[in-house]
Amino acid sequence: MSTTQQPTQQPDVSGIPEVSKAVADDGYGHLAELRVDPIGLLQRVRDECGEIGRFRLADRDVVMVSGAEANEQFFRAPDETLDQAAAYPFMTPIFGKGVVFDASPEERQQALKNQALRGDMMRGHASTIEAEITRMVAQWGDEGEIDLLDWFAELTIYTTSSCLIGKPFREELDARFAHHYHDLERGTDAMAYVDAYADLESFHKRDAAREELVTLVQGIIDKRIARGKVPREERDLLDVLISIDMSADYITGIFISMMFAGHHTSSGTAAWALIEMLRHPDAMAEVVAELDALYSDGAEVSFQALRSIPRLEAVLKETLRLHPPLIILMRVVQQEIELAGHTIPPGVTVAASPKVSNRLAEDFPDPEAFDPGRYIDPRQEDLVNRWTWIPFGAGKHRCVGSAFAMMQLKAIFSVILRDFTFEMVQPSESYRDDVSKMVIQLQQPCRVKYRRRVPTGATSQADGAATEAG
Amino acid sequence: MRVEADLDLCQGHQMCQGEAPTVFGFDAAADVVVVLEEHPDESLREQVQAAVKYCPAMALALHDD
Repeated sequence: MSTTQQPTQQPDVSGIPEVSKAVADDGYGHLAELRVDPIGLLQRVRDECGEIGRFRLADRDVVMVSGAEANEQFFRAPDETLDQAAAYPFMTPIFGKGVVFDASPEERQQALKNQALRGDMMRGHASTIEAEITRMVAQWGDEGEIDLLDWFAELTIYTTSSCLIGKPFREELDARFAHHYHDLERGTDAMAYVDAYADLESFHKRDAAREELVTLVQGIIDKRIARGKVPREERDLLDVLISIDMSADYITGIFISMMFAGHHTSSGTAAWALIEMLRHPDAMAEVVAELDALYSDGAEVSFQALRSIPRLEAVLKETLRLHPPLIILMRVVQQEIELAGHTIPPGVTVAASPKVSNRLAEDFPDPEAFDPGRYIDPRQEDLVNRWTWIPFGAGKHRCVGSAFAMMQLKAIFSVILRDFTFEMVQPSESYRDDVSKMVIQLQQPCRVKYRRRVPTGATSQADGAATEAG
Repeated sequence: MRVEADLDLCQGHQMCQGEAPTVFGFDAAADVVVVLEEHPDESLREQVQAAVKYCPAMALALHDD
């Protein structure tokens, strides 16, 4: 029973089966389960209800589809039919009032043309990313330990800020920015479906972190203003926004929103790819051999990361299939829509689940197995199943940064696997996700040990090996 | 072989032009791909396969019919 009543009539979706409850209803339907075991809930919708089923989140019905046919209807729906922003109330306090959640496909395409994600910008991004990784591993000795969440989260703050906002802005950042940004990502409790400002510790931390970020950005703005105008080629996006008199609060919101889609997603995928390779030494050995061969003649990472690296790409795709950064994609129906033989009225929230779809046994044989061979010719299970292999979503709203993300991941592993070997320092099964927030991230601790392949001071030996390999 | 582009899915990344420049063009006004050769020569198979594989919008397909 819902505790709040909409003034308007509730749209009727009673013809669609509702999933059972595995966690006691605390007055908000399935919200309690979504906050502790979201994957269990989504999988049960598929198992009990088939290609279309529903669950309750406070006063809204969420209709979830799965399978190629229903997913295609969901992802092909025109933009005026389905609205994204209203489906993700937990994002509003993070971005701030008035900062758009997601641009229309037309605006996204325009942004693609004019800005950072354009194909011909990728070469520059690749060398920026290589430089950022090199800079971070430069602080490593010959061996040591890192926490995968902390390390990749910090790295991807630098890469996304540098590529999307600009190098001068990135140069003002340090680990504090990554730390506050992480608190924002942790502030995505599904309780936001009831009240995005509820009295929860993670929400208080979220709001404090946003204020800290505004303060950091204000400090950078003050320095820019004191410095005065610089030549056009030295300006970045921050200079442009300052010049049109935007407030630090609003600018921070824009930066948070620009970086959000590319941050926890890339960070988590990099961490999980490394964990999966450590769990599957054969896959690791193949990738290391592939990279060693590619870079044996001194090829540049920034050049190679934009080209085909089939084994590594297959490992990354399989990591994305098993550990999609977003487990559920949601929209609110604006105009009546047909899904899996049911007519869904306006006001209903509809969803597709990468986590569930990516593991459908009919499309991905032995779905729980980590098998990079799925993507090698002629299987190509990602292309064959383009409506169910959906770690990047699908359709017009498919992640506009997927090529950037793959390039970044290829660059990261090109550098770290060329120079280091890794091993787990905790039981394999103890590396797992914290699923208590809508932004899923690794549960800490998630530490690994690194060791330099050729210790510093032994460079002459390395030259010898390279000559031999060549 | 037959090349197919789904214009409802194309996001205008123009990656395919880099992979197979004689097969794919671009309609700047509509911001979408233009298939220049629906039945490209067999010698272009590898290029077209790469374009299909690396399309960031998964908007391309290659059929053998």
